[in-house]
Amino acid sequence: MATTSQAADVRPAPAGTPGPAPSGQRAPTPRHDGDVVGLGRARAVAFVAPAMVLVAVFLVFPAAWTLYLGLLDYSLTGSGAKAPTFVGLGNYTAALSDPAFAKSLYLTLLFVGGSAVLGQNVLGFFLAWYFRTASRVARTTLNVLVLLAWILPGSVVAFLWQALLDRRNGTLNALLGTTDMAWAIDHPMAVIIIFNIWRGTAFSMLLYTAALGTVPRSHLEVARMAGAGSWQQLRDVVLPTVKRHILTNTLLITLWTFNDFSPYLLTGGGPNNESEILPVYIYKEAIIGGHLGYGSAISLLLLIANLVIAVLYIRLLRTRDSEAA
Amino acid sequence: MTTVQAPSTRSAGAVLGLVAGRTAAYAGVCVLVVFFALPLLWLVLTPFSPTPSYRATLSGFTLDNFDNLLSNPQTWPSIRNSLYLATGSSVLVITLAALAAYALSRVRIPGRDQLLYALLLLSSIVTGTAAMVPIFLMLFQLGLIDRQVGVVLVLSGGLLPAAVFMLKDFVDSIPRSYEESARVFGASPSQILRHIVLPVIRPGMATVGVWALVQVWGNFLVPYVLLSNPSKQPAAVVMYTFYDAGGQPNFALISTFALVYSIPVVVLYLFVNRRYGFAFQGGIKG
Repeated sequence: MATTSQAADVRPAPAGTPGPAPSGQRAPTPRHDGDVVGLGRARAVAFVAPAMVLVAVFLVFPAAWTLYLGLLDYSLTGSGAKAPTFVGLGNYTAALSDPAFAKSLYLTLLFVGGSAVLGQNVLGFFLAWYFRTASRVARTTLNVLVLLAWILPGSVVAFLWQALLDRRNGTLNALLGTTDMAWAIDHPMAVIIIFNIWRGTAFSMLLYTAALGTVPRSHLEVARMAGAGSWQQLRDVVLPTVKRHILTNTLLITLWTFNDFSPYLLTGGGPNNESEILPVYIYKEAIIGGHLGYGSAISLLLLIANLVIAVLYIRLLRTRDSEAA
Repeated sequence: MTTVQAPSTRSAGAVLGLVAGRTAAYAGVCVLVVFFALPLLWLVLTPFSPTPSYRATLSGFTLDNFDNLLSNPQTWPSIRNSLYLATGSSVLVITLAALAAYALSRVRIPGRDQLLYALLLLSSIVTGTAAMVPIFLMLFQLGLIDRQVGVVLVLSGGLLPAAVFMLKDFVDSIPRSYEESARVFGASPSQILRHIVLPVIRPGMATVGVWALVQVWGNFLVPYVLLSNPSKQPAAVVMYTFYDAGGQPNFALISTFALVYSIPVVVLYLFVNRRYGFAFQGGIKG
């Protein structure tokens, strides 16, 4: 099944552990197939149930509720608070015809495309590629710095960037000798894109480092002996091998970046909504403005956008599979 | 040295290209080191600076800023709240995920792969702002607004699919012969679980537990939306309240607080990295 092999694919290669093949294929005898402890199906369900209940209540149910709320003119204050009325697709038509929403969507696409699909992806791959031949010092230094940017708490990171970019005393202005450059106000989108590249490249780097480990050395040697330069090796040997990893990585970082709220801590969506990506827009509309129905409708539009992207990627993954087969 | 005749212009060009490429790579790497290190300087330098401000400078060394931290009444309660939220969620996630992952790995439940993938996709989609409105309303109805247990439940629900996924991967890689031989010797299912399975999957549980802990420790949005009482807020939220009446940040307090608040995740990361390697990252939400 495609899904299982995808899971096996993403796992890093180093350990000699057998891949999580479906038990049916892997086991020669029926005794291996499944329940070796004698749990029984009833107890197995009892084991799974608590996790599923929690997920159903706090993940699936809110998602379903979003669907419903989007159809009401529900709000925290005013008439919509006491007796919310059914407005059907009113919130959706309002959102789709709202220039503020269109702008926010455009900014989100810019943010995701620039920082995740291009930025983190390419930089992460470059780092993983560079680490293969880099000196130990260079590799360790970069590795530690990139990982630190990833694991530090979001609040700390946001303040670090405020300190870096501050108008009067910021470190960046001090280094560049520029005075009174308010980076976060003059170039808000550039700032949050660069910030997100800094923040999230570690994941791509880790994933690609593992993925490049799966490229058989013998293939590279054959290519080298046939006279392939490093660019040709990359294009003809490495990229086809790690294609699936690239797709999986792109899917994950795309979804995460789409739902990323942390730019709010940097620019607050401002100035003049110039960096108001969708999560920030939803937050401002629903939680600050109290327009819960409208906020839910936009949440659902965001969910649908995410689903479309996920389905597109999975399609792409499947077609690549059948090509390879 | 008299060179061999052979090198044609083409290979000379290749050598030149190689040198140029190396130089460009070095320059690029230097730029990257500066890029990734620059924002971190402030965190390392400012807590020890006699004149803390936005600018990260090496203007001396003092520990006075830490007095500021110790005398602040919000410091320790907020760290304690973070600790409570993080350990609570982590323990809950680990317990439920281990049970579910084991059963899903060893007993064939129809549609388990589809179920796992659907949940995984949903969790990477729903945990952001998208679900904040319904979650806020639901907790409001349940009377869980402004209660830490509400935050723990919401965060655990969001982390569970990925945790189950990672742990199932781990259990799948354990040979079934361990449990089989115990069974041959007449051990009961509960004995096998306690004495064979639990010790074997403990490293996986530790890894996923630390992962959950770090996720919750750094989470800002969920406690920010769901907790309004300052005495219940975790460090991630409280850090944003350290401003004086004029809106100027209290640098001595913020810098030392940020450092103290960051150290646990760095230490935990080092622990996991040394003990198990960070290889499991590849499995996250794969």
